[in-house]
Amino acid sequence: MSKSALTGTRIRARRNLRGLRQLDLARMVGVSPSYMNLIEHNRRKVSPELLVALAKALGVSEDALAEDTDSRLLEGVRAAAMRAGAEMAELARIEEFTGRFPGWANVLAETQARVERLERVVEQLSDRMSHDPYLGEALHEIISAVTSVQSTAAILNDADDISPDWQARFHHNILQDSSRLAEGAVALVNYIDAANDTETGLASPLEEVEAWLTRRGYYLPELDAPENVDLQGLVTGQAELSSSASRSLALQWLGRLRDDARALPLASFLAAVKETGCAPDQLAAQFDAPIDRVLRRLAMLPQAKMHDLGAPRMGLVICDGSGTLIFRRPVDGFPLPRFGGGCPLWPLYHALRMPGQALRVPLVTDGRLGQHFLSYAVCQPVSAPDFNAPPVLLATMLLVATGRDDGSLFDTARRVGGSCRTCAQIDCTSRREPSILIMSAEAGDASREPAVLQG
Amino acid sequence: MVKRVVVIEDEPNISEAIRYILTRNGWHVDVSPDGVGAVQSLCDDPPDLLILDLMLPNISGFEILKQLRQDARTQALPVLMLTAKGQGADRIQAEQLGVSRFMTKPFANSEVIAAVDELAGVK
Repeated sequence: MSKSALTGTRIRARRNLRGLRQLDLARMVGVSPSYMNLIEHNRRKVSPELLVALAKALGVSEDALAEDTDSRLLEGVRAAAMRAGAEMAELARIEEFTGRFPGWANVLAETQARVERLERVVEQLSDRMSHDPYLGEALHEIISAVTSVQSTAAILNDADDISPDWQARFHHNILQDSSRLAEGAVALVNYIDAANDTETGLASPLEEVEAWLTRRGYYLPELDAPENVDLQGLVTGQAELSSSASRSLALQWLGRLRDDARALPLASFLAAVKETGCAPDQLAAQFDAPIDRVLRRLAMLPQAKMHDLGAPRMGLVICDGSGTLIFRRPVDGFPLPRFGGGCPLWPLYHALRMPGQALRVPLVTDGRLGQHFLSYAVCQPVSAPDFNAPPVLLATMLLVATGRDDGSLFDTARRVGGSCRTCAQIDCTSRREPSILIMSAEAGDASREPAVLQG
Repeated sequence: MVKRVVVIEDEPNISEAIRYILTRNGWHVDVSPDGVGAVQSLCDDPPDLLILDLMLPNISGFEILKQLRQDARTQALPVLMLTAKGQGADRIQAEQLGVSRFMTKPFANSEVIAAVDELAGVK
C-alpha cells in the first residue's frame, strides 16, 4: 500500500468527526465528489496544495494529515506490534487503526520510541561497563576489596580459636578494606554523575567532540561562509570541549570539514543532491571529488535543508587503519558502539581491506525491528606516499536510512549489528565476544555470571 | 607429609586470608605478591598446587600459566585461578591454557578450601 493511503483514511476520519458529508468537503476544497471519494479510499495521491486546503477545511494542521507524519506514526505502531509479537496484533488493520485513532496510535508509537531509547541507554551502559578502562579498573578495585572483606569477616566469624594477634590483624585488614571500598564507591559515583551531568570531565575526547557536534546538529554554517573561518574561535569556550585533547581533535575535524565545504559548495551541492538524489558516485563525478569527501559532506549537511529536499536520514562512521572508530555521526535505527569496535560485518571494515574500492551494500540491522540502510563505504590513504612508511588509511561509511519499499535491493541485505556486545545473532560466525542480549535471555541459567559485574 | 601451595596474589589482605584458612586446613602456604620470577622457582621446586590471580602487576596470570604448561616439571601442576574478571572470554582463555579450575571473586572461603582439596586429591 502506498504511503498516501493513510492520508485518505485520516481525511475521512477527520471529516466524519466534524460531521461533514463527503460532498460538502469536496465543495469546500474545490474538487469533484468522485475525486474526493477516490482520495478518501486511498486511490489518489493528495497534492501539497490540496493538502493545505483540506487541512484548513477540516480545521487541523497540515502535519496532522501529512504523509511524513503518517509514515512515522505507522512505523512506530508497526514497531510496537512487532515487539508484541506479530501474530498477536491485527497487522492487517494497522493503517485503519492509526487512521481512526491517531491519538492512541501516537501514544503507542511514543511508548515504543521510549522503550527503544531506554534499551539504547542500557546497551550503552553495558557497553561502557565492558570497555571503559576507568570503570573496569574501578570495579576491579571494588571487587577485590569486597573479596578481602568477605573472606576475612568469614574467618573471624567461623573460627572459635583464633589468636588475639590474628584477630587484631584481621580487624585491621577489614578496616583498611572497608575504607578502600568506601573510597572506591565514592569515586565510582562521582564518575557516573559527571558522565550523566555533562558528558565532560572523564569522557573521552571523541565523546566530547560528539557531544559538541550533537548540540550543533552536526552542521556548522560557519564552514560554509565565504570568508575565512576562524577554526580556533569555533572550538574556544565550548562547554562540551572541556579538554585540550578534545579541542585539538575538534580542530582536526573542522579543518577536514572546511576543506569539504570548499570543494563541495553548499548551494551547488544541494542542487546536485536534489537533481541526482543521494548517489555518492554521481556526486563525486559531477564535482570531481573523492568519494570519501562526498560521503562526509552528505552526512554533514544542514538537516532542515535536507528535509526540504526529501533526503533520507544519514549517519557516518570513520575508522583508522586499526579499525578504531574515530568519528561517528549517529543515525536513528543504526546502533553504534560507544566503546570498542563495531560489527565485523560492516562494509566499513571490508573497505579497509580494499583501499580505493567503493562499496555499496544494503544492510538490515539486527533484531526483530530491523531497520534498512544503504551503506556506501570506501577507504582512502590520507598520507603522502612514503618509501619508508605504510600509508595512513581512513575508511568511511555513509549510512542512508531506507524505507521498506525499496524492493529487491534488500532481498540479500546483509544483517549487521552495532557491536557483538549488543547483538543477538547467536549463530554469527564473526562474533568475537558474547552478547549481553543473549546472556539476558538466558538469565535463568544460574551458572552464568551477572553481566554488570564483568569488569 | 604437609602439602605445599603457592599463592600468587597482589592483594595482601586477600592472600593473608587465604594463607590463614589453608594453613588451618593443614597446608604449607607460600605467598608471592607478583609473578615476576615465580615461574622459575615454581619449575625448580613445584608445589602441590598453585593459586594464581589473573590481574597481576608486570605479568598476567595467563602468561604465567602459559609458561608453566610449557615446562615438563609443571605441565600437570594443579592451578586454581582466582580473578575479579569473570568474563566468559577470560574463562575460555584460561581453559585453553590449561587451568585446572577458574573461580571468580568474591568467593566463599569454603569454596576455596573445597577446590584446593579436590585439585590436590586430598579428598
